[in-house]
Amino acid sequence: MSLFNDISKVWSRYGDQILSGIANTVIISIIGTLIGLVIGLINGIIRTVPKPKNPVVKVILTVINWIINVYVEVFRGTPMMVQAMIIYWGYAYMNAGATLPLVPAGIVIVSINTGAYITEIVRGGIISIDRGQFEGAMSIGMSHFQTMLHVIIPQVMRNILPSVSNEFVVNIKDTSVLNVIGVTELYFYAASAAKNSYKIFASYLIACAIYFCLTFTVTRILRFAEKLIEGKANYTVFGSQSDSSAEIHVNTEKGGPENV
Amino acid sequence: MSEHVIEVNHLKKAFGKNVVLKDIDFSIVKGETVSVIGSSGSGKSTMLRCVNLLETPTAGEILFHGKNVQTELEVSKYRAKVGMVFQSFNLFDNLNALQNCMLGQTTVLKRSRAEARAKAMEYLEKVGMTPYINAKPRQLSGGQKQRVAIARALAMDPEVILFDEPTSALDPEMVGEVLSVMKRLSESGMTMIVVTHEMAFARDVSDRVVFMSDGLICEQGTPDEVFGDPKRDETKSFLSRFLNQ
Ligand SMILES: Nc1ncnc2c1ncn2[C@@H]1O[C@H](COP(=O)(O)OP(=O)(O)O)[C@@H](O)[C@H]1O
Ligand SMILES: [Mg+2]
Repeated sequence: MSLFNDISKVWSRYGDQILSGIANTVIISIIGTLIGLVIGLINGIIRTVPKPKNPVVKVILTVINWIINVYVEVFRGTPMMVQAMIIYWGYAYMNAGATLPLVPAGIVIVSINTGAYITEIVRGGIISIDRGQFEGAMSIGMSHFQTMLHVIIPQVMRNILPSVSNEFVVNIKDTSVLNVIGVTELYFYAASAAKNSYKIFASYLIACAIYFCLTFTVTRILRFAEKLIEGKANYTVFGSQSDSSAEIHVNTEKGGPENV
Repeated sequence: MSEHVIEVNHLKKAFGKNVVLKDIDFSIVKGETVSVIGSSGSGKSTMLRCVNLLETPTAGEILFHGKNVQTELEVSKYRAKVGMVFQSFNLFDNLNALQNCMLGQTTVLKRSRAEARAKAMEYLEKVGMTPYINAKPRQLSGGQKQRVAIARALAMDPEVILFDEPTSALDPEMVGEVLSVMKRLSESGMTMIVVTHEMAFARDVSDRVVFMSDGLICEQGTPDEVFGDPKRDETKSFLSRFLNQ
């Protein structure tokens, strides 16, 4: 069949390029999502700081919150393709035509864009934690920051993991827009193979299959990771009435600790 | 005269226009167990929460060993000395029983992990939770959670513990295990303020009973006085309603 022929021709000629494109796609989306997560955590934490009493601190915090709001609204309200052009060419404009190296530029763009989405996810995650968790910590004298670090953020991380995974999967697909500034990711090489070989359908079919394999695999891996973080439903009870050195393994899925 | 550990003078608390505490004068001496009773909505929780500064008083002062807790003491140091046990437990969901009892010690009191662990183990044993040290809150029953919460408060070596209806969220068969821990604690000389609807506990365990009504302390006295011979009509009607249930 000729489609098979086309595909194998494109692959044998441009396969190496496409593979290096996959590497860039994966690198940019992983690092971009991680940095975006850090940005989102910092912003989310700042946005949920309780109202300070000191008037100067209060003004500073209000200004920072305002900046974060603008950042979130602007980056969620414009296409990443346009953001890529503005950041890349804006940098060149302000630096006498000197451009950023492409892959780092791609990482910066994806990070900033993802950070805007994850800021909102983190804020929602923090707000959804029961007040009682804060009060339990406050009642023994823990500061807001200590409470965040040891109690709230660990729970938020667990709760937002599915949403962050989702951002990662979105990023794998959306890094394709970085081809507008010439980042040599998967789509860039698929497009160049299409252009050079004139086998347009076959070239994009290859890209499509690879994107799907990437997102499918990543989704499965992250689901598995979520399960691991969910934690063991079982725990070990130390000691028993008769033998204090005995360890009893309790499976809370089958029956609560009451049934020991 | 024995020294007041906590003294509350003319405490007032309003949420917007809603004046919840009108004018509360209250004090407790070392080793005393005071039960606070009263209808739902009378301001019992709000009073406890003001004492712990979970709510900021609208007016009035709270003294701890004679020092104003809002102006003369550091909030976190003060709170570390005044433990609180909540109706809804408020254990840290991401930590196991042992870690729950260690966190405040390592972060607030700056104790070493080894010291914090030893202390946590000691109090978890006192409340009978040694077998469950590595269970997370969601793996524990209500009564077990509340016992861990008591151990968490105790592990800070507080001078006073505030209890806000510690058994109200429990299934009936678990109330006893928590009350017996509290009774032992009271007998060991801990200073305790207990908001409760467990009249038997208030009568048998406390040194003094405070009856609150409509944002005021309406009547107080020994359990015999308040339960045996209530002076105010509000107290009488509350008790008769309660005991008839
Ligand atoms: N955070 C709050 N904001 C507004 N009103 C509150 C708040 N907390 C308590 N109240 C009100 O204060 C009153 C007393 O509540 P509370 O102290 O919980 O009473 P109790 O513990 O005696 O049942 C209630 O009418 C309640 O609605
Ligand atoms: Mg209450």
